[in-house]
Amino acid sequence: MSNEAKPVILPEKKTPVPRLGLTAKQLIPRLQLADNLFNLIGLLSTSIGILTMVILLGALLWNGAPYLTWNFLISFPSTTPENAGIIVGLVGSLCVMLVTVVTAVPLGVAAAIYLEEYANKNWLTTIIELNISNLAGVPSIVYGLMAASLIVYQLGIGETIATGGITLGLLVLPVIIVATREALRTVPRSIREAAFAMGATKWQVIHKHLLPYSAGGIATGVIIAMSRAIGETAPLVVVGVVGFLLKLPASPVSSQFPFVNFKWLTVRYSVLPYQMFDWVQEPDDVYQHKAAAAGLVLIAMTLALNASAMYIRYRVRKNIHW
Amino acid sequence: MANPSVSPNQRKVRRRSLDANRTQRTIRSVIEFVVEWCLFLAAASSVMITLGIVFTLFYESLGFFRHVSLGAFLGDTVWTPNFEPPRYGIWSLASGTIVTTTVALAIAIPVGTIVALYLSEFAQPFLREIIKPSLELLSAIPTVVYGYFALMFIAPLIRYCLPEAIFGNVPTKNMLSAGIAMGIMIIPYVSSLSEDAMRAVPMLMREGSFALGANRLTTALRVVYPAALSGIAAAYILGISRAVGETMIVAVAAGLQTKFTLNPLDESCTMTAFIVNIAQGDTSHGSINYQAIFAVGLSLFLITLLFNCVGFYLRHRYRETQ
Repeated sequence: MSNEAKPVILPEKKTPVPRLGLTAKQLIPRLQLADNLFNLIGLLSTSIGILTMVILLGALLWNGAPYLTWNFLISFPSTTPENAGIIVGLVGSLCVMLVTVVTAVPLGVAAAIYLEEYANKNWLTTIIELNISNLAGVPSIVYGLMAASLIVYQLGIGETIATGGITLGLLVLPVIIVATREALRTVPRSIREAAFAMGATKWQVIHKHLLPYSAGGIATGVIIAMSRAIGETAPLVVVGVVGFLLKLPASPVSSQFPFVNFKWLTVRYSVLPYQMFDWVQEPDDVYQHKAAAAGLVLIAMTLALNASAMYIRYRVRKNIHW
Repeated sequence: MANPSVSPNQRKVRRRSLDANRTQRTIRSVIEFVVEWCLFLAAASSVMITLGIVFTLFYESLGFFRHVSLGAFLGDTVWTPNFEPPRYGIWSLASGTIVTTTVALAIAIPVGTIVALYLSEFAQPFLREIIKPSLELLSAIPTVVYGYFALMFIAPLIRYCLPEAIFGNVPTKNMLSAGIAMGIMIIPYVSSLSEDAMRAVPMLMREGSFALGANRLTTALRVVYPAALSGIAAAYILGISRAVGETMIVAVAAGLQTKFTLNPLDESCTMTAFIVNIAQGDTSHGSINYQAIFAVGLSLFLITLLFNCVGFYLRHRYRETQ
């Protein structure tokens, strides 16, 4: 470079304007502090939920545990609060659950298979998808109203176990559909392609490969749906669940010839959450404690269902071989 | 192409097996066809459920609106069906729904958003693996148990915390306690959907922000939150629709008086609790009270339908921009 070259004019050197009048050295600790503070706030917010659950369980245990005896589990409801038990509610819940599973699982899994494996992208499937996501958000009591008018009166099935089970089945249908679709989506393409390459038809691919592979995911979804249905009360109130019932449904299995009968489907029923609701409304203090005890049984059932769903999910994740 | 090395006998065998193949293929294609139609019917059944809901709600409320004009229903704040003249003003029920929903959202939206930000941007992976499922248990607890908790624990706590001299006598059943319980129940709905939206924000955007010297909190609030906003808004809206449709908590803890009030410390019936309350009593099919619950149910359905459609639209938008 010669000396005649024009001198490079450097812009006047300015000190960078510090943010909030702070230099970087002062700013960085503040930013870190903000991070740590939010970390703490986040942890606190998360613990609100978990703390509530602990307090809720504690309150239920405090009120209900002394009343949670064997006698309580096997007694009929009673007008003397000390003798009241939940056997009718328990059996009713189990029967209703059975009907719910039988209605919702085949329908839900089939619908999910269609949407995931067969459906082309057209206006019809868009409508069905929009519709399913809408159904998932319809308040449960609206299902009850629908069933009260359609199943109880128009179809004349009456306020029976069958009605209650079908109502809950329709209610949890979207849950099962969504879970099954997700499970099917996790099966890798290569499995499908390998099966098709061997000359399998679509249905063969589905029922010999996709369904077995996604069985864990589907089972998780079904269990979650059951745990939701077992605690559901509102729609059943509309389709005629009763709180005070002194009769168990007839046994579905008999020693005489057909060995099974379906009389139990056609009787009136009670379910555990409604039994609890019924007792909460009673003025008597003992009934309140009994309600807490019923709540404990109910929570134990839902937590057991959720725990088994988590376990299956964990096993499935661990055992993925592909 | 006749192959001289194959004997006529072998050729006959081969042709027979080809014939067998052909019939097998026909059978298979028939099965395929039948299966596809069955699956399609299952998927379409979800549309039938929606149609069933819409049809029954409109059909039954038609009887109601023959007695009560739409103007009197939508423009009145008094619900006194047993007085002369009977008045059916939906606002007396809607006010309860509005108050409890507002209280619930005032808890669920801030807490749920902070939890989502924390889980998606701050928490260690192992912590997230523990926290997420335990938070989801919150939404698995049966709602009638939450109702009991609100009535037996939150309401006395509120009565204890708010001095009578300032706030007057707070009734045992009040909308605030029901709203708080509902808010806690909704936290996982809001947090898990928002977290999904936040985690879908591409890593590049975060890295860009970090490269400019932003800390985690600034990145979370200024980059991730706006980028995920439509997904988060969908989560909020689904939270609203959940709160509007929630039944058992308010039926137990918010009281059953049908009166127009916006004071959360007062007791009032919500739309859902009203349906439960009427359905529990002896209302015969076809009476005006019976038809009234369908009219209320129809309003409920339309409100949640609106929210669900907006939520569905928002969720799809964020999936497309992803």
